[in-house]
Amino acid sequence: MAQIELSAIRKSFDGNDVLKGIDFRIADGEFISLVGPSGCGKSTLLRIIAGLEPQNSGEVHIDGRPVDGIRPSARNLAMVFQSYALYPHLSTFDNIAVPLRMRRLSAIERLPLLGALLPGRRAKERHIRADIEGIAEQLDIAPLLRRKPGQLSGGQRQRVAVGRAMVREPLAFLFDEPLSNLDAKLRVHMRAELAELHRRLKATFVYVTHDQAEAMTMSSRIAVMMGGELIQAGTPAEIYHEPGDIRVAEFIGSPKINVLPGRIRKDGGVDVPGTALKLTCNAAAGDCRIGVRPERIELGTGPFSGTVIHLENLGAEAFVHLAVEGTGSRLIARLADVRHLPAMASSVAFGFAPDAVRLFDPAGKRIELRLEQAERIREPAHV
Amino acid sequence: MTIGATVAPAGATRRAVPAHGSRRTYAAYALVTPAAALMVIMLLGPLAGVIALSFSDYQLGAPHFSWIGLANYQDLFADKVFWTALRNTLTYVVIVVPGAVIAGLAIALLIQSGTSLRSLYRTIYFLPVMATLIAMAVVWEFMLHPQFGLVNGLLRGAGLPAFAWLQDRSTALYALCAIGIWQAVGFNMVLFLAGLVSIPKQLYEAAEIDGASSGWARFRLVTWPMLGPVTTFVVVISGIRSFQVFDTVHVLTKGGPSKSTEVLIHTMYTEGFEFFRSGYAAAITVVFLVFVLALTLIKSRLADRGVHYT
Repeated sequence: MAQIELSAIRKSFDGNDVLKGIDFRIADGEFISLVGPSGCGKSTLLRIIAGLEPQNSGEVHIDGRPVDGIRPSARNLAMVFQSYALYPHLSTFDNIAVPLRMRRLSAIERLPLLGALLPGRRAKERHIRADIEGIAEQLDIAPLLRRKPGQLSGGQRQRVAVGRAMVREPLAFLFDEPLSNLDAKLRVHMRAELAELHRRLKATFVYVTHDQAEAMTMSSRIAVMMGGELIQAGTPAEIYHEPGDIRVAEFIGSPKINVLPGRIRKDGGVDVPGTALKLTCNAAAGDCRIGVRPERIELGTGPFSGTVIHLENLGAEAFVHLAVEGTGSRLIARLADVRHLPAMASSVAFGFAPDAVRLFDPAGKRIELRLEQAERIREPAHV
Repeated sequence: MTIGATVAPAGATRRAVPAHGSRRTYAAYALVTPAAALMVIMLLGPLAGVIALSFSDYQLGAPHFSWIGLANYQDLFADKVFWTALRNTLTYVVIVVPGAVIAGLAIALLIQSGTSLRSLYRTIYFLPVMATLIAMAVVWEFMLHPQFGLVNGLLRGAGLPAFAWLQDRSTALYALCAIGIWQAVGFNMVLFLAGLVSIPKQLYEAAEIDGASSGWARFRLVTWPMLGPVTTFVVVISGIRSFQVFDTVHVLTKGGPSKSTEVLIHTMYTEGFEFFRSGYAAAITVVFLVFVLALTLIKSRLADRGVHYT
């Protein structure tokens, strides 16, 4: 179990900056998801932690010890790859045994024929067998131990890869998009299993994914990366409800957050074209963007109106796509009650509560709002 | 009238089905014929001809011949030259195959792990494969010349004793083996390079993380097993090509001195085209084919299990 500290990590490939100075601290026993669109540098960061890729500058500390220049094998981290990277010529048992044999047997003891004759090899092999059987029991892969990876399904391979990582009791587990090769149903199932595994092992997990649903459902903290920078880290709820940047707001949450063009008036009030919102902010007057999550859009009442252009009924919930009248922008509303859906092409009134609004400046940075004062300032306008 | 009308179509359909089926069979046979004919004319026919010839006393250009049963084989197995040739051929194979395979793999690994000049090295090591072996054999003849040869010059320069490589009974076969390895290495290297490229990089990373910190450990854990199919193929191809050794022998030693480099195909050539004993030469060819066939069978067995993992 370990804490991992990254300071000012930079990395470039052929002059392209992939990581632009990452500072991050992963606490002992945390389940951290590094999430971001493809090409944001999250996998590179994981590979730098693992030691598979050297950073251009910056330092990695594991348990307070600098590990820069230390070989991956000496860092005592386990990694689960997207392709699982199981050795295709070895049975499940031997695949899981590799890290143990590498560590517990000497180079001579590992030799094919000669090694078996050496004293002590038998006893060591017995321990290895016991350890592997314990792991196989936990992961429910005991019946598969004699099969080769080619004879396993995707989910089973996934488990074997996790077993190979677990068996050596590493300081931390690194996962590189381990679920992206599985079908949708299995992915949801493995999500629960991995979260359960983390609760049981209480080990540090660093999990790289481009799927925000995986990050939201499993992790204790999410670190959102974009364009080589870590732009926000926090609990899933914080990241979802209090995004510090419009890119975070847009990346996390499905369907995407609705963004409407807005203006900040000189007195600090906020307008969506044609309508004043009941809130103010301290930012300078100018353009801004107004983000509202689909589930916070209330249909039926409100100052806005839009035309229904598309309906998605998922059974338990429904998404209503609206073309907002007057602005030309589109938004999505999530309805929990699918029994009362508006008709296609009909005009619907909608609105949202002031506390549903997340305001961003043109550069995408979050603008803090003041709600209570908003009510007071708006009153004279009504008179 | 009505009865006939109903029966007739029923009979027609009953007859139409097999007619339709046989038409398809004819079409299938017709489509297979060109390939089958080529195979019979080019491969199976000559093979049957050689086997038949080996049971006759046919001599090249002779107007008549008679069937003599297994007499050619009896002569062959009683002939000391045949056994010498077989022993020399097997010695050649046993030295050249491991030598060419190990050297080919080693060079491929070196080229693959290098960062620069890869294509230059690839070309250099592949040159012997592209060059005409007969011409290269003449070059080797100069190099191995007892007095003026480069090899002996180097040995003398290093203060070591020189040899009359191709003229000495104890060294001639080994000198040919060295040329054989030199010639085969480039081909094996290219095959191994192709095999190395197709090994997923993540396996090496997984091995590195699993604790295989030394290059040897990674080679044992990933490279060697993953190269299994390529290695089997390379071993068999090198084996078959070594069995076929002829050009260097013919150009450099003609089987001498005193039969110390006599090999199967060279014996066959001498018997068939110098003494015109075509029947006898055919018998040697059949023995040669048995060895090559055995190698091919071993390969297909090995390829089916053991080295293919998915």
